[in-house]
Amino acid sequence: MKTRLTALALGALMAAGPAAADLVFPSLSYRTGPYAAGGIPFADGYADYFTLLNERDGGIGGEKIDVPECETAYNTEKGVECYESTKDLGSLVYQPLSTGITYQLIPKVTADGIPMLTSGLGRTSAKNGAMFPWVFNFPANYWDGASVAIKHILDEEGGDLKGKKVALVYHNSAYGKEPIRTLEELSKKHGYDLTLLPVDHPGQEQKSQWLQIRREKPDYVIMYGWGVMNQVAVQEAVNIRFPMDHFIGIWWSGSENDVLPAGEGADGYKALTFHNLGDNYPLYDDLKSYVYDKGLSAGAGDQHGTAIYDRGMYGAMLVAEAAKTAQKIHGTSKITPAMMRDGMEALEMTEEKMTALGLPNFGPEFKVSCENHGGNGFAAIGQWDAKAHEWKLITDYMQSDQDVVQPLIEADSMAFGKENNITPGCK
Amino acid sequence: MPDQLLYAMEVTLNGLMAGVLYALVALGFVLIYKASGIFNYAQGVMALFAAMTLVGITEGQVPFSHLINAIFGTEIHNFGWQLPGLVAILLTMVVMVGLAWCVQQFVMRHLVGQAPIILFMATIGLAYFLEGVSDLMWGSEIRKLDIGLPQGINETLDRVTYDLFGYGFFIDNLDVVASVIAALLVIALVAFSQYTKQGRAMRAVADDHQAALSVGISLNFIWVMVWSVAGFVALVAGIMWGTKSGVQFSLSLIALKALPVLMLGGFTSIPGAIVGGLIIGVGEKLFDFMIGPMVGGATENWFAYVLALVFLVFRPQGLFGEKIIERV
Repeated sequence: MKTRLTALALGALMAAGPAAADLVFPSLSYRTGPYAAGGIPFADGYADYFTLLNERDGGIGGEKIDVPECETAYNTEKGVECYESTKDLGSLVYQPLSTGITYQLIPKVTADGIPMLTSGLGRTSAKNGAMFPWVFNFPANYWDGASVAIKHILDEEGGDLKGKKVALVYHNSAYGKEPIRTLEELSKKHGYDLTLLPVDHPGQEQKSQWLQIRREKPDYVIMYGWGVMNQVAVQEAVNIRFPMDHFIGIWWSGSENDVLPAGEGADGYKALTFHNLGDNYPLYDDLKSYVYDKGLSAGAGDQHGTAIYDRGMYGAMLVAEAAKTAQKIHGTSKITPAMMRDGMEALEMTEEKMTALGLPNFGPEFKVSCENHGGNGFAAIGQWDAKAHEWKLITDYMQSDQDVVQPLIEADSMAFGKENNITPGCK
Repeated sequence: MPDQLLYAMEVTLNGLMAGVLYALVALGFVLIYKASGIFNYAQGVMALFAAMTLVGITEGQVPFSHLINAIFGTEIHNFGWQLPGLVAILLTMVVMVGLAWCVQQFVMRHLVGQAPIILFMATIGLAYFLEGVSDLMWGSEIRKLDIGLPQGINETLDRVTYDLFGYGFFIDNLDVVASVIAALLVIALVAFSQYTKQGRAMRAVADDHQAALSVGISLNFIWVMVWSVAGFVALVAGIMWGTKSGVQFSLSLIALKALPVLMLGGFTSIPGAIVGGLIIGVGEKLFDFMIGPMVGGATENWFAYVLALVFLVFRPQGLFGEKIIERV
């Protein structure tokens, strides 16, 4: 026992600071607090992928990877503290799983010259790389999500939404309000009526919103929720017998956590996703051999293959590929944050590359450029099978309505540039 | 009958039901405040701890298994049993009594005679400690709590109101059960404090610690008992809210819903907690129904506090609270 404790203490000391030559990918995680159920699988997936690269490949380009973890509890102030305390470790890229933290970090990473990846979250207009050179949000953003949800509804309704009613149930925060503008623009284009139903944090009490849904009988409900708001919304929808296959959540409302408490009633609930789901991929065989079976799983090791674990793993894979690209561009394995940015801006994900990585048909193909830091805006729809306890992809990846989304991104990013006296431009 | 009126009636009914759920949380605060003058900041976390313990015991989860496995390299997770709800509730109650004893033994006993703000700060510390222990003991996953409580639309009310008005009212069966349980709980608590020896001793301690001690009442015993009863109320609240949303960390935030209820009903009155809960529940739901659409919705959280503040202006002690008279 004494020896084990000594070993643990030594291990902790050794893990406290990365070796100078390591490639550092800090993880601003939240394993505590009201949103821990979402934060834990993401942090586990993120860490496990890098552990796999260290164990199987010896790191990236021969450089070992270090993933210092800092607990934010989904608290914006703590998130900023974590950034400040880790940025001097040689951190190559940040992926804060929080829109609030992202907004606070945008000016900081820009000033410090450290790239940030906010896949499926954060400031949508950061897709305009000419205005946000250090921020990336590939492969899809909130507005893509809203547009793809409407596209799916169009498919379901034979291409005509005139006279249809769509309700948006959203977390009453910067995050939840993101899709409003897009859905309003799309309602003008397609002729549906949009009802907005905000839910205050944390969202444990939603009776008013769901009574209104019961009265007004919208044809579809789209949800932008997070944490307990998701579970309560799904349960309330079950209670009022809203058809679950007409209820579509954004990817942050599409984890196992969100549907399991409602039991069989949640069957058929749909959620958007920008990556595939489950653990039936060759990469998982490697994870099993090199990480899980060796007892190197992050956390409790009980999240493998869940939707948000997959997202964390996918996030790690994307930045690892960007790091490889950066090493190739600059001809060195010891890359700096600025080189990492170049790698992210030159990243191209093809099906061939994904297959070689052991993740065939796992994510959409996309190419990043200076003007486009957000990819091509592809997302798909997953559906919950309550009996099998699993999410299944029921559509192919669909591209968001670029005619609507792109001008909105242009307008919002230009407004940001004007406010902050930034002249957009690509080198 | 005009549609708007029917809808308002349905909203009122649901507001009453929501109010009962708020009152369930508020009751725990009232019990401890009445007996010891402590505003127990940890009451919401006690509901979380109770609900997590209930699910853990029901599913046969080994407590602290993650910690044990990390230290000893073992792979133990489950005892392999699935206990019936009632047995699990009884065992959880035993745990809550144990918690009450620990709180009294290791925290409150050492703070006898301290200013209320010190005791309040101690309960803040207790809340953070208990949050961490819950996490360490049972994990952070969201778990389904199923002890057989009915959920979903109440068919009878739906049918009756449809026959009467041509519009079926929605009421969640869980809310109906919660109302019945809350009513029974209040009757039991009032009967306990009025007609039992321990209840009378509890009231004596609440009135004057020194006088109670002088007639041989054990302060230690009474406070353990009060924290145990508050633990039981927290368990009931945890079951109701946990059934609605799954058992998860956010359960501790239900305390936020109890604060305006306490401000309105008074910190020292059990009936006040119920009436306060009902007024807040109906008030916030009706306001959101009538005014919400004009101001962009999501009014419930702040309106509850505004309503409580308005009451505070006219009755600082709350509707049923005891008037505080300071003699100088």
